Amino acid sequence: MTAKEDHLAIPPASTYFMVEEKETEERHTLSVVVDNEPGVLARVIGLFTARGYNIEQLTVSEVHHDRGVSRITIVAKGTPHILEQIRSQLRRLVPVHSVADLTLDGDPIERELALVKVKGEGEKRVEALRLADAFRARVVDAHTGSFVFEITGKTRKVDQFIQLMKPLGLIEVVRTGVAAISRGPEAMKV
Amino acid sequence: MADESEHAEEMTGAEIVLRALKDQGVKDIFGYPGGAVLPIYDELFQQDELNHILVRHEQGAVHAAEGYARSTGKVGVVLVTSGPGATNTVTGLMDALADSIPVVVITGQVPTGLIGSDAFQECDTVGITRSCTKHNYLVRDVNDLARTIHEAFYVATHGRPGPVVVDIPKDVQFATGRYTPPQNVQHKTYRPQTQGDHSAIEAAVRLLASAKRPIFYTGGGVINSGPRAVVALRELAELTGVPVTSTLMGLGGFPASSDQWLGMLGMHGTYEANLAMHDCDVMVCIGARFDDRITGRLDAFSPGSRKIHIDIDPSSINKNVRVDIPVLGDCGLVLEEMVRVWKDGGLSMDREALSHWWEQINVWRARDCLKYRRSDDVIMPQYAIERLYEATKGRDTFITTEVGQHQMWTAQFYRFERPNRLMTSGGLGTMGYGLPAALGVQAANPGALVIDIAGDASIQMNIQELATAIQHQLPVKVFLLNNNYMGMVRQWQELLHGNRLSESYVEAQPDFLELAQAYGWHGIRCTKPADLDEAIREMIEMDKPVFFDCRVANLANCFPMIPAGQAHNEMLLGEDEKDAEQAGV
Ligand SMILES: Cc1ncc(C[n+]2csc(CCOP(=O)(O)OP(=O)(O)O)c2C)c(N)n1
Repeated sequence: MTAKEDHLAIPPASTYFMVEEKETEERHTLSVVVDNEPGVLARVIGLFTARGYNIEQLTVSEVHHDRGVSRITIVAKGTPHILEQIRSQLRRLVPVHSVADLTLDGDPIERELALVKVKGEGEKRVEALRLADAFRARVVDAHTGSFVFEITGKTRKVDQFIQLMKPLGLIEVVRTGVAAISRGPEAMKV
Repeated sequence: MADESEHAEEMTGAEIVLRALKDQGVKDIFGYPGGAVLPIYDELFQQDELNHILVRHEQGAVHAAEGYARSTGKVGVVLVTSGPGATNTVTGLMDALADSIPVVVITGQVPTGLIGSDAFQECDTVGITRSCTKHNYLVRDVNDLARTIHEAFYVATHGRPGPVVVDIPKDVQFATGRYTPPQNVQHKTYRPQTQGDHSAIEAAVRLLASAKRPIFYTGGGVINSGPRAVVALRELAELTGVPVTSTLMGLGGFPASSDQWLGMLGMHGTYEANLAMHDCDVMVCIGARFDDRITGRLDAFSPGSRKIHIDIDPSSINKNVRVDIPVLGDCGLVLEEMVRVWKDGGLSMDREALSHWWEQINVWRARDCLKYRRSDDVIMPQYAIERLYEATKGRDTFITTEVGQHQMWTAQFYRFERPNRLMTSGGLGTMGYGLPAALGVQAANPGALVIDIAGDASIQMNIQELATAIQHQLPVKVFLLNNNYMGMVRQWQELLHGNRLSESYVEAQPDFLELAQAYGWHGIRCTKPADLDEAIREMIEMDKPVFFDCRVANLANCFPMIPAGQAHNEMLLGEDEKDAEQAGV
């Protein structure tokens, strides 16, 4: 029990130990209702960076002006255990009213908007327009040598569209990140 | 946020600050002046209800406020200037956050018009302190000031307590605005759950009653929750006969003189406490958080037990260790309800199983894990604490510590009977905590005996506070276990780094007696075990600050020890022969 070899077996110079997470990672969409006060976004983001959680997407906007309440949609990736921690750490922040894990609660409606600039002529230009039509992307700016498409949809669909535009002269993309809401008659607690 | 009442009183921001503090019941504040808080200092000068204690470094102010808070259960209050004044509080804030201590820190800020211009002594205080506070505020409108301060007190004390910063630009201190009294000022939405869920509590009690090898693993939450939690814990322990251990933070929450007390658990916990944790079948964690210093290797932590976790902070539940029955709520309220459910249900433990369990525990106890080699020539550090305990146990004594071996020996050898009597930096492990914390304790408890058990490296991290003790007539004692090393670092180097003592010898040590005397303290030095009792008596009986330089064996190690990443049953016990030899005995 007191043999020196035993405690030499642990990595030196570390007063900590490492645990490997064995659960597999999932991607969840969280809705966070917050007081729209200065620094609240920094608090939410700071929590993710300080604790090493992964944010994939984040959108924020005021949703009840009179009450000064904003809603943040976060797409986060982690094991079920980490996701549980993310939810309870978010709930702990003083300006946070409520946190819902929309993925856990059901199959939420998720939409994101992208503006996609494509430069090209001839065959490629025609092909880009044809695909845009199939994806129900709208042309919001047109020049002889370029288009800007507006596309709305699930992240997967937007990804796909961008992928297809690449060989057709894609030069610039901007995306909003996901806005999400649950299905059915229930509203999220504010 | 502004108060709508027509009868609200008008006053300046600086007046609002003082009025709000008084209305919150504050009597003492710890602080240090500077340009950005001069209006508030000017108001302080013109009144005498609030007592200001002038520290010598803003870190000291926060630790003093922590000591004040921990020994009383009240909020500790700090007032400092902008820029360097604010940045100097960061270690103290993080310390209070890690140990869940309610502290409100008011910082001055440059005038609102200058914010963002890199003005003299400007810093982004709310940005810098965001991750080391429970919450923080920048007040831009004097009409929000009173409400914000009241809200800061509410947030600091409700739910899991913690530090809150209120940053007040200088122009807001000068401006005139409405005062909002504290009545009914709560946070808009922050309402932590305190009453535990009844069905969870019933399930917990049922599981406890079915246990054959139960244990109560208690923590600082019991003390933070207050006297009712301590009474309820004791009652539940007596009703059930379950053994009790605690974290460093929880010491005093359960009386060390009880037969059911196993001593502290964790990295330097007792053999019996750690093995009981490892082998138990039902663990009731009460206001503790499965910290890595407690659990050791996670996958080997108490592998066969079902776990109940009572905590006010939902994020503590299932964070490090999966539990079977979480009970979200205030420890005191939950424990009281457990007692009620236990009595109403006429429940009892499995007597036979429990007495087998105690037999096993007594076998572990017989290992006498805290045994150390006695010496007539050199003062062993453990012996010094034992004698200090014997000399002070008859009085109401408050102990603070610095960080290192002396801290762990204090936890092992000083026997705490009551809550709020040990103030030590647990979560952050901040060297330099003990002396300023002792000053805060003494300010809150005039007439009590307050002792900082210190190490020679740590004490030098806030040594300037010796002056504060003299100025404010705070007769604290520093009981220095002087081993000439950063002992805990040296111990790790000896055990884990081939005894290569890299930078852990404290060279150029000052003569602590002369140093203390230069500040106006009384100094005592003791080098022989035979002189110790008399010297301690002299220290205790002196009604002024005393610096006790206790020269102890230099190379003693603190055992038992579970090296990081090992399991509870892989504990190193004191090889007392070798240890004594090395200690030069
Ligand atoms: C501010 C700070 N810096 C460094 C450390 C790392 N550390 C932990 S214990 C210790 C040595 C403390 O030595 P001393 O105060 O003499 O106490 P002893 O262990 O000898 O009792 C050090 C350097 C710390 N805990 N805090």
